[in-house]
Amino acid sequence: MSGFFKSSIGRKVAMALSAFFLMFFLLIHIIINLISVFSEETFNTVSHFMGTNPLIQFGMQPVLIFGVVFHFIMGFVLELQNRRAVGVSYAKNNGGANSTWMSRNMIYSGAAILAFIVLHFIDFWIPEINTKYILGDMSGTIDGVEGLRYYEELTHKFESPLRVGAYVLAFVFLALHLLHGFTSAFQSMGVTAGRKKVLQNLGKAYSIIIPLGFIFIALYHHFNH
Amino acid sequence: MNLTLKIWKQKGPQDKGRMVDYKVNDISEHMSFLEMMDVLNEQLVNSGDEPVAFDHDCREGICGMCSLYINGQAHGPDRGITTCQLHMRMFKDGDTITIEPFRAKAFPVIKDLVVDRMSFERIQQAGGYISVNTSGNTQDANNILISKHAADEAMDAAACIGCGACVATCKNSSAMLFVGAKVSQYALLPQGQIEAVDRVQNMVVQMDLEGFGNCTNTGACEIECPKGISLDNIARMNRELMKASLK
Repeated sequence: MSGFFKSSIGRKVAMALSAFFLMFFLLIHIIINLISVFSEETFNTVSHFMGTNPLIQFGMQPVLIFGVVFHFIMGFVLELQNRRAVGVSYAKNNGGANSTWMSRNMIYSGAAILAFIVLHFIDFWIPEINTKYILGDMSGTIDGVEGLRYYEELTHKFESPLRVGAYVLAFVFLALHLLHGFTSAFQSMGVTAGRKKVLQNLGKAYSIIIPLGFIFIALYHHFNH
Repeated sequence: MNLTLKIWKQKGPQDKGRMVDYKVNDISEHMSFLEMMDVLNEQLVNSGDEPVAFDHDCREGICGMCSLYINGQAHGPDRGITTCQLHMRMFKDGDTITIEPFRAKAFPVIKDLVVDRMSFERIQQAGGYISVNTSGNTQDANNILISKHAADEAMDAAACIGCGACVATCKNSSAMLFVGAKVSQYALLPQGQIEAVDRVQNMVVQMDLEGFGNCTNTGACEIECPKGISLDNIARMNRELMKASLK
């Protein structure tokens, strides 16, 4: 089996498996974020649970970070290998005649998403880790004042139009990445994705609805506070 | 029609190569692309210049020998054809046509537009066959029942002529459509089952050794393939390799 993951096809499968995991995570993430639009209290409760539950913090969180890092590193490694395989490039190449822009530029949409994740980590993850594990404040409150802090922190982050703009742009790249990536992951797993209309439609729906949802949440908090 | 041709010229494998401009006049729209190349070469020979080297053989879309990357597309601007089946009516008077060899590290240029596609042969040798006793005691092929669906799919996969357009058009120079077709044509038939595990593993190992890139499912190969080999064959190869790795 270790030989399998060293082969070109094995690496495709590994990319697809990490993609499935990340797509599942995105679904969970948006569900939790959407709560913030409907109920401040529920959002605070769910965020506190996610932020303090040991299974999520020490079980799922490392797996997620591994999944993200693996997908990016593998993506870059494969891109470099593929560029080496090409050698001399064509003087004239009409790529648009036979493939979509999204499928040919996964590395660029991926790099844009990576840049966003760095910003996102600086915005939310690093302050969280600092508060909880370095300062040791697991209360979920601001200096012990009554009420949980998560909703307030979220709305505060979306005050800056620059940040909201960067988030919106990143989600456009996420949509472009998913428009090819969703069905591509199935194809790599051996599913004849090209023939399955249901899968293609599901892919299109997922790739548009999820990023649009994130854009909506960012804009909602920007214009409502 | 009168045309300007921008053609890749390269003296040999070690030469750096460059694009050279040529003019050809009075080309009939009924000519095939290779006939137009013949006219050019005749013109070059008559004027004492060196002709342009290009691959060709059957000139009826069967042998897989002709190649050429024409105006940014493998086998030129038409669907389901090889270069020898491309007609000059696809172009207009006064056009400039860019002609390059199929590009990939695993397809090194031998001279001008001729590339070495022996890497495909080596992949075939690694497992693209079935071992059959041909001593004269072979059983009647009709004794082995095969469903119509499997026979059709195997035949579709076997239509691959190994021209390399899939590699040439792939942004990663991946050979997975070719290898997928070769793996599939046997995997779909009972005669191919006996060596199925070794076949897919050995062919994929050889494909990787030859330096082809990874498939990123852009689907360009399927569209440019002169024989309409489907991406489903790549999916089947992936399944076959996963199955083989678990055995």
